[in-house]
Amino acid sequence: MSAAPTRRRPPRVGDQPIFRRTLIGLVLFIGVFLVLAPLVVIGVEAFAKGWQVYSATISHPDTLHAIMLTVLTALVAVPVNTAFGVAAAWSITKFDFWGKRFLLIVIEIPFSVSPIVAGVAYLFVYGLQGIFGPALDAWNIKILFAVPGIILASLFVTAPFVARELIPLMQAQGRDLEEAATSLGASGWRTFFSVTLPNIKWALLYGVVLCNARVMGEFGAVSVVSGNIRGQTNTLPLHIELLYHDYQATGAFAAASILAVIAVFTIIAKVALERRGAGRRASPAARPSLLSKPAENNA
Amino acid sequence: MKIRLDQIVKTFDTFRAVRGVSLEIESGELVALLGPSGSGKTTILRMVAGLEYADGGHIHFGDQDATDIPVRDRGVGFVFQHYALFPHMTVAENIAFGMKVSRVKREKAAIAARVIKLLRLVRLEGLGDRFPAQISGGQRQRVALARALSVDPKVLLLDEPFGALDANVRHDLRRWLREIHQELGITTIFVTHDQEEALDLADRVVILREGAIVQQGTPEEVCRNPRSAFVMRFLGDANVLPAEIRSGVAYAGGASIEALDIADGKAELYARPADLDWSLQGPGIDARIDRVLDRPDGRRVLASTGTGTQLEFDVEPERVMKSGDRGFVTIRRAKVFPV
Amino acid sequence: MLPGLRLSLGVTLLYVGLIVVLPLAALVFKASSLGFHDYWEIVSSSRALASYRVTVLCALGATVFNLFFGFALAWVLTRYRFPGWRLVDALVDLPFALPTAVAGISLTALFAANGWFGSVLEKVGIQVAYTPIGITIAMCFTSLPFVVRTVQPVLEDLDPALEEAAQSLGGSDWTIFRKVMLPLLAPALLAGVSLSFARSLGEFGAIIFIAGNQPMSTEITALLVFIRLEEYDYQAAAAVASVLLITAFVMLALTNWMQARALRYTVRN
Repeated sequence: MSAAPTRRRPPRVGDQPIFRRTLIGLVLFIGVFLVLAPLVVIGVEAFAKGWQVYSATISHPDTLHAIMLTVLTALVAVPVNTAFGVAAAWSITKFDFWGKRFLLIVIEIPFSVSPIVAGVAYLFVYGLQGIFGPALDAWNIKILFAVPGIILASLFVTAPFVARELIPLMQAQGRDLEEAATSLGASGWRTFFSVTLPNIKWALLYGVVLCNARVMGEFGAVSVVSGNIRGQTNTLPLHIELLYHDYQATGAFAAASILAVIAVFTIIAKVALERRGAGRRASPAARPSLLSKPAENNA
Repeated sequence: MKIRLDQIVKTFDTFRAVRGVSLEIESGELVALLGPSGSGKTTILRMVAGLEYADGGHIHFGDQDATDIPVRDRGVGFVFQHYALFPHMTVAENIAFGMKVSRVKREKAAIAARVIKLLRLVRLEGLGDRFPAQISGGQRQRVALARALSVDPKVLLLDEPFGALDANVRHDLRRWLREIHQELGITTIFVTHDQEEALDLADRVVILREGAIVQQGTPEEVCRNPRSAFVMRFLGDANVLPAEIRSGVAYAGGASIEALDIADGKAELYARPADLDWSLQGPGIDARIDRVLDRPDGRRVLASTGTGTQLEFDVEPERVMKSGDRGFVTIRRAKVFPV
Repeated sequence: MLPGLRLSLGVTLLYVGLIVVLPLAALVFKASSLGFHDYWEIVSSSRALASYRVTVLCALGATVFNLFFGFALAWVLTRYRFPGWRLVDALVDLPFALPTAVAGISLTALFAANGWFGSVLEKVGIQVAYTPIGITIAMCFTSLPFVVRTVQPVLEDLDPALEEAAQSLGGSDWTIFRKVMLPLLAPALLAGVSLSFARSLGEFGAIIFIAGNQPMSTEITALLVFIRLEEYDYQAAAAVASVLLITAFVMLALTNWMQARALRYTVRN
């Protein structure tokens, strides 16, 4: 069956069929081993001993507690960091002040610091050998080795996520719309909700999705501050480690499968939001350059 | 290098961009492909370069069928609309690029000397060490031309070379391009939608519309003898008057003009603003002045005829005219095209 | 001037101060309370040095891998279309989205002596689990997206006219790639590479399952910190953690500088 004539195009750099097919093949080959296989093996190992063992693990009180703790941490950390992200983005992009550069760097720090370092740092604030430790102990307030410590460490680790999605976008959007709104008499809150928020909603959601994925998956920092008390201060990732080191590998994978499913949903949400213009890849304002194709004026 | 295009066709998905265009370009000629957006002019240029493959027809460079030869082997010099200068290389390195990658090995010293010579040709001596980001748009375009010339092309192709520049820069560059062409004598094809540019520069103007050639000729030919209403309109301001042909004469209002070889019936009469005049008595088309626009070199008058047709024509600045005056528009010269 | 500066800046500074600066300052304070001599003794102990060597060498190995594989992946996703490319594009984000502990146990399951890949490699005499190779592979996994996602947008935005110009001037594919494309992609590539390296240096959860964690041979620095904590040797933990912190700062500065250079060819409008 003859189709519409396929367009013959002069080959661009790297278009030779042999080269192209080899490269694609090589990349897919390695990709399957390195990226796809880990995802697949979780499912396989989780059900290696059958559905009974799987559901027994999932429904075990310790696992359920771990799930609850992970969800609780996310329910606190994500909104708090979202609010922080919005506040930071608003102050940085709508105003000029000295030290803005510095503030941006400080906000980026948690992104570059090892989670272990984060956990240790929190130990030295709220632990017995830390700044507030003795005082907290005197008033019998448990921060470390309890839920509050886990939440605080999670806040540190995921602090930049929403901010770094909003800041470049709001920077590119400028202040014109907000200035117009306030000149018409709108209050600050009104301006934010009616003018700013609709323009940043996808980027905001994107940051929330990434923040949530990181919170639920955080391991290193929480390892240090949680005390690893089974059934009390174990988040799901810690619980997985516990099961694994207890020679309950299948159970560990069963618990891991929950997080794997969340990861898949995170990716789906990410793709869907990128299609609506969120994320670094979509925003052309983030990378103005002489390299880019110039805007077309007449076709 | 003589170029011959033989019924070339290009289709993008379902859009027929070029429909069977045939054209011969003599060696050393400077030809303009002129037309509105979507007329296929850039596509034709890119096919001559080898940046697009023709879906049908042939392209001949001299005696050779170049239709399937890849761009790097065709020996063309291409100047892009937005210059496409390599941003990470200096001006000199940009110009030297073609010589450095060529299969013909040149000595470093020879390349450097040639770069200086080309810089002098495009009047950018001393700017060799600047980066593209540090020079103006007009200068960038000149570097792009020098770079295209550096590989001794048999054909020089320019895609809307001055489109992105200011009007006065464009004017200067136009003159300069003509000089360079005189000096080097390379067969040159350039694409433009600016009729003034085409008429200024080209030895021959090829007017395109929707993928086909509607008229070609020297600037004099196309200006004095436009062969269709489209060409008439495209080349400049034109007044349009509905007319009636009877026995070889076109009648429009009170004016009449010879229109041999056109069958009786409805027609349109086209006249340039400079070819209409105003008089207080007939015969002519009776009209009323709406507005008088003063220009540095004259006066342009906007008038409406009794039948509601709007006309624009030029008069000497000394003529006393004002809005509301009634009079007659006379036609000195016009073209008639059947409807 | 727009409203809300005091509130938003106040909240921001308070939050950043409390959540980010305070803990790090406490760490620095604790580490510096050691006195130079003790500090130096701890951070240059043979076990600590061994951990630096393991961490840095494996991170370098993973970064070199990601440099080539990540670039190839970005190239393939940007310039070619093949069935399933959208899926591959989405999967590149998996290491971002998947919790590190989950990645850790999966990679271990795959590369252990009885795992899908480990068993095959054993036959050829290559042991992956409980060796530095395992550490490197774990780092490859977690740092993969960085190079890909940094290079992809720049590659997508590369003006095709530049390639066409180079072709019209007679350049071969390899020459054009080497002299025109690569220099323009290099800044983004370097930025991605430094992000990848920094991430690998600090990675914990994905590594400790596959690593074997033997002091002096397969113990990463982050784990050493953790172990010192378990031994209640808080000063040592603070000291070694400060090394990680300083390294993170240096990498942050380096990456920022590189990303600024990546915009070198910017025309400021």
